[in-house]
Amino acid sequence: MGTLGRIFTVWRRNLDVYRVTWKVNFLPPILEPIFYLVAFSAGLGGFVGTVPYDGREVTYTAFIAPGMLGISVMFQGFFECTYGSYIRMYYQKTFDAIIATPISLDEVILGELFWGATKALIASSIMCVVIRFYGLLTFPDLLAIPVVAFIGGFWFACLGMCFTSITPGIDAFNYPMFLVITPMMLLSGTYFPLSGLPAWGQTVAQAFPLTHLVEVIRQLSFGGWGPGVWARIFAFAVLSIPLAWLAVRSMKRRLVV
Amino acid sequence: MPAAIVARSLTKRYRDQLAVDAIDLEVREGECFGFLGPNGAGKSTTMKMVYGFSPVTSGVLEVLGLDVRTRAREVKAQTGVCPQEDNLDPDFTVRRNLEVYARYFGVAAAEARPRADELLAFVALQEKADAPVMSLSGGMKRRLVLARALLNRPKLLILDEPTTGLDPQARHVLWDKVRDLRRRGTTILLTTHYMDEAAQLCDRLVIMDKAKILVCGSPAELIAEHARPSVVEVWQPPDALVTWVRARNLPCELVSERLFIYPESGDTLQREILGRFQVDQLIARRGTLEDVFLRLTGRDLRD
Repeated sequence: MGTLGRIFTVWRRNLDVYRVTWKVNFLPPILEPIFYLVAFSAGLGGFVGTVPYDGREVTYTAFIAPGMLGISVMFQGFFECTYGSYIRMYYQKTFDAIIATPISLDEVILGELFWGATKALIASSIMCVVIRFYGLLTFPDLLAIPVVAFIGGFWFACLGMCFTSITPGIDAFNYPMFLVITPMMLLSGTYFPLSGLPAWGQTVAQAFPLTHLVEVIRQLSFGGWGPGVWARIFAFAVLSIPLAWLAVRSMKRRLVV
Repeated sequence: MPAAIVARSLTKRYRDQLAVDAIDLEVREGECFGFLGPNGAGKSTTMKMVYGFSPVTSGVLEVLGLDVRTRAREVKAQTGVCPQEDNLDPDFTVRRNLEVYARYFGVAAAEARPRADELLAFVALQEKADAPVMSLSGGMKRRLVLARALLNRPKLLILDEPTTGLDPQARHVLWDKVRDLRRRGTTILLTTHYMDEAAQLCDRLVIMDKAKILVCGSPAELIAEHARPSVVEVWQPPDALVTWVRARNLPCELVSERLFIYPESGDTLQREILGRFQVDQLIARRGTLEDVFLRLTGRDLRD
């Protein structure tokens, strides 16, 4: 068994747990878009009407659906490798159990990161199906969304793992949640167009990874492979490498004593 | 006999604290070797270095003929570990725990199932195969952890305080399994706080304290060498008795409400004391491993 095989066994362990608890796992990605779409399209959408996007007017519902997909990708990747990984590392001692076998800590962490990405893929796939019932996404472009979710989810999983490697305890995840994740969730062109922000706010928003993830998904959801889609996907993939390296290194510093 | 584990000047330093201080050690193939010592003595740290969990600071450490520093993966492939804390997967059933763990060793699924069932039978958990791990008692969990440690058919088995917190029945069952494995030729490394456990299971053992090995030998050797042959213990001794013992220059210790006397012949002294003094509780016994331990490491609390 090579390194990839060993990473895969760690990933499979998490998948096996997910399959045991799948009913609970499937619920949020199914219900969340329904709740949000009902609230925003039926409720807020009536006041907002249409929103300018890419030189045209689109319905508010069509505008926020990709935003919700992007937020879900961020949350799935980030949550899995913060709370999820921390529980496995600290409370369940799962990492300790695995590294007593021929699998090394690097491989455990990489397995965790790929699992975080996989959860983003699963959740976005379910959401795509639900959103499709609103007549919002089109074939075959919607099939690219789960792939983008995997790549973007991996990046957010790496980010989460970096926090996990330095957090003093599970409660301290509140800091990145409220200082990093929440502002990104609200200000990345998710619920309203970036043009609604003042100029400096737009500049700041361009620095948020979620802005670019949502932009990719939104372009795909409007059936366009517009400029910057490929570049952004490529950027997420490339930027994942140093971040994954940092996550692994920092976790080793925490656990190998 | 070839050595399963060789350590030379093995040292472990955590930041500013020396956890293991240049110990020398040789564990023979097929023996059950014990590590005794108060909390913080360095037992668990030594174990963690042996199974490649904790990097060696300096010195030599060879396990199963392999240098742990460079070939940890090969060492781990042939080693089974029962850690101090249970780290079973709470979301899986008993059998699933074993099947998933077998994958980490590269055991194919078709092979993992029968091996899991065989090991469940070995630790008498076959009836619990489909039960969730959460529903197991402490003793069952320990047995499952033991079964899990045997999935790769290890040459070396590491048991870190395997019976801590178990009831006497569960301890005896576990001891039987350990003896069984030893008979089949598995080298066993064991840490424990229970002197009777060490005396029951270990061919040889070391007593560690303050990062160093104090003594090494078989339980009988250590008792012969470091414990007094007989001990008379008196609870709440009258002052007159203490004065009398001291006047006769008998070696003794007064620990809170107990007087320990170490005579040449326990029987004679026992008769003499009972004839002269009014004492409530008195026992005469032979020296034990616990006497060796307390004599070498003292009676002070460690944490």
